[in-house]
Amino acid sequence: VTAHLFFDGRRVRVEPGQTVAAALWAAGVRSWRTTRETGAPRGMFCGIGVCFDCLVTVDGTANQRACLVPARPDMVVTTQLGTGR
Amino acid sequence: MTLPRTGPSGSLPLTYDVAVVGAGPAGLAAAASAAAAGCRVALLDAAPAAGGQYWRGRDPGVALSGVDVMTGSAVWFVSPGFSVHRQGGGTVTAGRLVFATGGYDRALPFPGWDLPGVVTPGAAQALLKGSGVPIGNQVVVAGAGPFLLPVATGLVATGVKVVGVYEAGDPTRYARAPGAVAGAGGKVREAAGYLATLARHRVPYRTRHAVVAAHGVASVSSVDVGRLDRSGGLVPGSVRQVECDAVAVAYGFTPQLELPLALGCATQLDPDGSLVLSVDVAGQTSVPGVYAAGEVTGVGGAALAEVEGRLVGAAVALATGHPCPLSEVELARLLARRSALRRFAALMHRVHAPPAGWPAWLAENTVVCRCEDVPVHRIRAAIAELGATDGRTVKSLCRPGMGWCQGRVCGYPVAELTARWLGRPLTAGDLAAFAHRPIAQPVRLGDLYRHRP
Repeated sequence: VTAHLFFDGRRVRVEPGQTVAAALWAAGVRSWRTTRETGAPRGMFCGIGVCFDCLVTVDGTANQRACLVPARPDMVVTTQLGTGR
Repeated sequence: MTLPRTGPSGSLPLTYDVAVVGAGPAGLAAAASAAAAGCRVALLDAAPAAGGQYWRGRDPGVALSGVDVMTGSAVWFVSPGFSVHRQGGGTVTAGRLVFATGGYDRALPFPGWDLPGVVTPGAAQALLKGSGVPIGNQVVVAGAGPFLLPVATGLVATGVKVVGVYEAGDPTRYARAPGAVAGAGGKVREAAGYLATLARHRVPYRTRHAVVAAHGVASVSSVDVGRLDRSGGLVPGSVRQVECDAVAVAYGFTPQLELPLALGCATQLDPDGSLVLSVDVAGQTSVPGVYAAGEVTGVGGAALAEVEGRLVGAAVALATGHPCPLSEVELARLLARRSALRRFAALMHRVHAPPAGWPAWLAENTVVCRCEDVPVHRIRAAIAELGATDGRTVKSLCRPGMGWCQGRVCGYPVAELTARWLGRPLTAGDLAAFAHRPIAQPVRLGDLYRHRP
C-alpha cells in the first residue's frame, strides 16, 4: 500500500524513513515557505536543521523544520506564508 | 532559574562521570574510550540514531557497551555543574562534559543563492544518504574543500548527471607540502578514488573555478561559473552559464559552538577563518571539566575527530580517577596521528580557503541574512554611514543574524564583510558576535514550564 501526505491539498508519496523535505523534494516540490519581508519562495538549504530556511506548517503547527520532521502518512503539510501566523 | 551547582569539586551525587554531546566520529570515540576505562558515560545526540552527519545511516562499528546512548536528545542548554538540558524535557547531570557537536557547511552569499534548488553540499548528502532522494537531475557541485568529492560521486553513483564540480581552491598546491600529505596517506587515496569515479563518468572537475551567480524563476535553472586568478579574484571575461536544476555549494565548515560558548569556553580564530574552541593538550577547554573533540576544536575531518575523541575519552577517564584506557604505545601513536592530521588540516585550509574575491560577486540587493532578509546595501550602510566598526554593531544596526537561524548561516559572511569594508583582518570577536546563542535549540514555553526545577 502506498502512503501519502497532503501538501497544499496535493497527494505526495511518502517512503519509510523520509523527512518531510525529502518527500516534497522527491515529488518535485522545491519551495514551501515565503519570506516575511519580500515574500520570496524558500525550501531546503542546509538540510540538517541548522538554517531554518525549510520551515513549514505541519498539521496546523507552523515553523517546523521540514528537513528534520519525519514524513508520516496522512500528514497535512501547508506552505508557510511569512511567520506562519 | 536556579540549578544545583555541582562539578568536579561539588558534593551532590552525579548521575554520570561524563556527558558527551554529539554522537559523530569524535563523540562516539570519546564515549567508547571513557567507558572502556570504567567511566559512567551518557552520549547525547539530536538525531534519531548515533553516527552524526559522517556515519548517517551506516554502522559506525564502535563498541558502546557501558554507554547510555540518548538519541533524539537535542540539547538546548547546559548549566554549570553540569546539567545538560534536553529539548522536550529531561536533564542529565555529569561531572565532566565533552562537546563533540561537529559543524555544518559554511555558505557564502552570491546573487541568486536564495533561490530554491540552491543548497549546501551537506544538504545534498543528507537528502541522498538519509532519505534516498537525489538533489536534482542535473546538478552543479561547487565551493571549496575535499567534501565536494564524495557528494559529487554519491550523486553520480545513483545515476544523476553532475554537470560539473567547481573547486575554488588549487589542489595542485598539496604537492608543495609532501610531508604534510604523507602524514595523511589515507586521505589522498580516498580523494584519488573519487576523482577516478568522476573521470570515468566524464564529470568535469575544474579547479580555481567558482559559482558567482544563480538564475531561475521558481527555482534555479542555471548558474554563472567563472575562473579565479591566483589571488582568488574572478578572471574578467571567464564567466559562462551552466544549465542545472540544483546547485550544492559551500566553502568548508563552521563548527557548532553555542553550548560551549554558553558555558564561557574560550575561543580563537582558526586558519580557515572559523571560530574554534581553545583546548589544551588533553582536549580540555578553558572551563575546568569541559572538554572538546572534533570539528569544534578546528575543522579537520572524521579521522582527526576520532583520534581527538579517543584521547579526550582517556583524559576524562584519568581526571575521574579511572585507569587510562590506552596503553603507552597506543597513546604515543594517537598523539603522533593527531599531530599529523592537524598538520594536514592546516594545509587543507590553505589549499581550499574561500576565494578572496567573493565580496565582489555580490550585488547591492543580494540577500546576506536569509532569515531577516538583510541585503548587502544595508550592511554596507551600517558600516559606511552609521559608523559600525565591528560585527556586533552591524548586527545591532541592521539585524543580520537575529532571525530564526541566529547567525548560523550569515555569521561568517557578515563578519568577513565587516572586516573587509573596514580594511582590517577578520577577528575572533567579529565571529563571536554571531556565535553566542544561549538557547541552542528551539524550545517550547510549555516544555520549560513542565520541566521547571
